[in-house]
Amino acid sequence: MEENKIQQDLSSIRNMMERSSKFISLSGLSGILAGVYALIGAGVAYYLTGRPTPAGLVEGILSIIQNIKYLIEIGFIVLVASIATGFILTYRKAKRKGQSIWGKASRALLFNMSIPILAGGALVIILLYQGGNLGLLLPTTLIFYGLALVNASNFTFTDVKYLGICEIILGLIGACIPGYGLILWAIGFGLLHIIYGSVMYLKYDRESTI
Amino acid sequence: MKVPFDKLDKAFENRVRLQIMSVLAVNDRYDFNSLKDLLDVTDGNLASHLKGLEKEEYILTIKSFIGRKPNTNYEATEKGKKAFKAHLDVLEALIKNQKSI
Repeated sequence: MEENKIQQDLSSIRNMMERSSKFISLSGLSGILAGVYALIGAGVAYYLTGRPTPAGLVEGILSIIQNIKYLIEIGFIVLVASIATGFILTYRKAKRKGQSIWGKASRALLFNMSIPILAGGALVIILLYQGGNLGLLLPTTLIFYGLALVNASNFTFTDVKYLGICEIILGLIGACIPGYGLILWAIGFGLLHIIYGSVMYLKYDRESTI
Repeated sequence: MKVPFDKLDKAFENRVRLQIMSVLAVNDRYDFNSLKDLLDVTDGNLASHLKGLEKEEYILTIKSFIGRKPNTNYEATEKGKKAFKAHLDVLEALIKNQKSI
């Protein structure tokens, strides 16, 4: 048994440990696009609800309440577009890497991500029906999305965990300064996704295409 | 220092067996079909290597049903985990040895 065989054994051990427990075909490019969609969505929402300035804080919140229907529609369109893009690009990357898109790792990833997402979604619906503090709506989506990412990060790239932590922090800041929810939402879902997607693209996607 | 080649576990000489143990070292359980997809081997090949590892008492076979379909899962035993770790330690020692020459 020579050195070459040992190296091959070790790399196959590492490869199997990683591929069996982590879904490493998430596409970085889809993160960038999701960020772009979110920024466009936030831009449209900003145009519709008007400028939330410190002086117009109350007006800002009022206009958000009045336009809540548009905000929900925009959020929904952004969500669907992001999921569709993510699915298509991830499917292509998984095919290239020879990893099953519906394997044990991807199922664990989806399962662990969906629990906080569903809980957060339910809370948003409850908040809407109670019609109480609607300023907490956008921060709530950020916080639960962040929790979902942290929870899911064990089954994919560890970088996802840091994105999740940033989203949670942004959500909590948003809860402290109502009226700025939309701006923080644009940073969280738009800017952070673009940064994260670019990092992932440079770190993992490019090397796999060589 | 003498290279401890003879300390390498014979059960892990085969690449497929080594890969099966790697998967079971980081996952509590893994089922037959997922293993087959992951390792990209044939049914017969995988089954014979799983049997070999089971004979060494390195893995456990857990048979159950999902609906009416049989679903076979595998788990590493304590003995298997120990043997795998020992095998990794020897590999590490071998590499260190080669570097120091």
